[in-house]
Amino acid sequence: MNSTALRRHLNLIDFTLSAMRRRLWRNVMLFAVYLVLVFLLASVMSFSHAIRREAALMLSGAPEITVQRLVMGRHDLVPLSYLDKVGNIRGVQKAYGRLWGYFYDQGTRANYTLMVPGPDAKDYQLTKGQAILGEGIARVRGAKKGRILTITSPTGKPLVMRIKDVMMPDSALVGSDLILVTEEDFRRFFNLPPNVYTDLVLKVRNTREVSTIVGKASYLLPDARFVTRDDILRTYEAIFSWREGLLLALLAAVIVAFAILVFDKASGLSGEEKREIGVLKAVGWDTSDILAMKFWEGALVSLLAFLGGVLAAYAHVFLFDAGLLKPVLQGWGVLYPDFSLPPSIDGLQLATLAIFTIVPFTGATIVPIWRAAITDPEQVMR
Amino acid sequence: MIELESVCKIYNDGQPNEVRAVRDVSLKIPLDATTVFRGPSGSGKTSLLSMIGCLSRPTSGRIHLEGECISGLPEKFMTDIRRRTFGFIFQRFNLLRGLTVMENVMAPALPLGGDHADLRHRAMEILHRLQLDHKATVASELLSGGEAQRVAIARALINDPAIILADEPTANLDTALTEEFLGVMADLKQQGKTILMTSHDPRIWQAKLVDRIVSMKDGAIEDVLEQSERENEKE
Repeated sequence: MNSTALRRHLNLIDFTLSAMRRRLWRNVMLFAVYLVLVFLLASVMSFSHAIRREAALMLSGAPEITVQRLVMGRHDLVPLSYLDKVGNIRGVQKAYGRLWGYFYDQGTRANYTLMVPGPDAKDYQLTKGQAILGEGIARVRGAKKGRILTITSPTGKPLVMRIKDVMMPDSALVGSDLILVTEEDFRRFFNLPPNVYTDLVLKVRNTREVSTIVGKASYLLPDARFVTRDDILRTYEAIFSWREGLLLALLAAVIVAFAILVFDKASGLSGEEKREIGVLKAVGWDTSDILAMKFWEGALVSLLAFLGGVLAAYAHVFLFDAGLLKPVLQGWGVLYPDFSLPPSIDGLQLATLAIFTIVPFTGATIVPIWRAAITDPEQVMR
Repeated sequence: MIELESVCKIYNDGQPNEVRAVRDVSLKIPLDATTVFRGPSGSGKTSLLSMIGCLSRPTSGRIHLEGECISGLPEKFMTDIRRRTFGFIFQRFNLLRGLTVMENVMAPALPLGGDHADLRHRAMEILHRLQLDHKATVASELLSGGEAQRVAIARALINDPAIILADEPTANLDTALTEEFLGVMADLKQQGKTILMTSHDPRIWQAKLVDRIVSMKDGAIEDVLEQSERENEKE
């Protein structure tokens, strides 16, 4: 672009700003609605993206294969003998049984997850009578490290434990409602015999062999279901996409308001605006000059509103913990995790949002102007 | 020389509400002179001025400016001629409401891509010449009739056009303001500008600066009076 063309556009931008000042309130309202829309959409998208990313990061350390036994299509306890069968499959590096279960706590009216830490969880080693709590449970029960925690088993027997630690918030996404206990306490709490597990986990040497190992294990354990890490990731993706879609549907009202504004802009110009276009053409403006001016008007409003909305959404999600969205989008327990998401931006989502907001708005600004701008400037003489 | 060759202008051509505004007008208009088109409403003078100023095209016929046909050019070229050659003063001034005097005056020059500071300086000079520099930052709708017209004149001069076109410029002015307007036009004529006006105001026809009067009726030229003939007419 040569300097004359650049100066032309700068002059037109200057004129556009002066012209917009005349309809200040209308433009401010338009800008505000636009900004709120982008803010809400970008908040939902950023939060969902960040939470999915966080879940994926945490699951990266999870076992490649989980083995569950099914009885009449329902998840059932796995006998110890299953462990021997699948543990000897070539390619399986390690196999062990897991113990975990849910129970409903009347006091806090919440579901807790009771779990025995795996052999690799060196940081969570416990002795009988000790427990490590998830951040959510510690919060709602006002429990702290060193204090006593009492929970009542489904059979009515109380389990009294000393709190060894409270889990760090970075694992709160899946650990908020978690209580880690020893195997002995777990079996006593749920009244379990010693030779069963909730499920089994298999760690494999080469992740590309997962499907082969699943195939062999299926043959050995026909009544078992095999859940791979990728399956879990896909489930999380589906859950958050569904929640995101639900919230976007709820945002339809804002989108409709925006659409009405855009339609109002696209459906015609006031007599005053048409007269002004005629005057500008009569004093020497070309159709392209008028289109350029209106392009800048649309672009300034939409770009500023877009940038403002995206920045506000970023601050809302990553600095202020997405206070407006958390109850809808996060967690799958009654105890919502209290955590901060590490900042992350999905360029593709941002580009999509930009295309679906900036382009229609700018188009809606230009189209009616184009219709008016191609008419004869002679009208102003009459 | 501006030369009109069998120019016709028909609005809503072929429709039931068809209007033949200009009928077969052929005319030679000298440059560096002041020509007034007079006639009753509907006589076609404004349509003729619009076509001369490249605001519209003739339905048939041609308009030449210094030998070059300007009526058949593509819109982009017509716009270019319009903004570089002609300065318009409209009957109702047509200032842009909400914009300041300075912004109104600068408007025609903005698309030409000149330096903004230079443009402001030039606009201020013109406003100063028209004794309006103290109103530069005032919104145009707050001006009096006379001031609004001087702003319209300043706007017409911003691109330093060779030809000033004024459509019924004194229709909304009292006698004193009409005299003031004529004074400004006389100055412009002194500077070598060609002035074309439409008017049915006798104060304009009788003004000294007017060299020719073209009388129109029903879209056609009735007669053309040169200055010498006008003096005879007065006597």
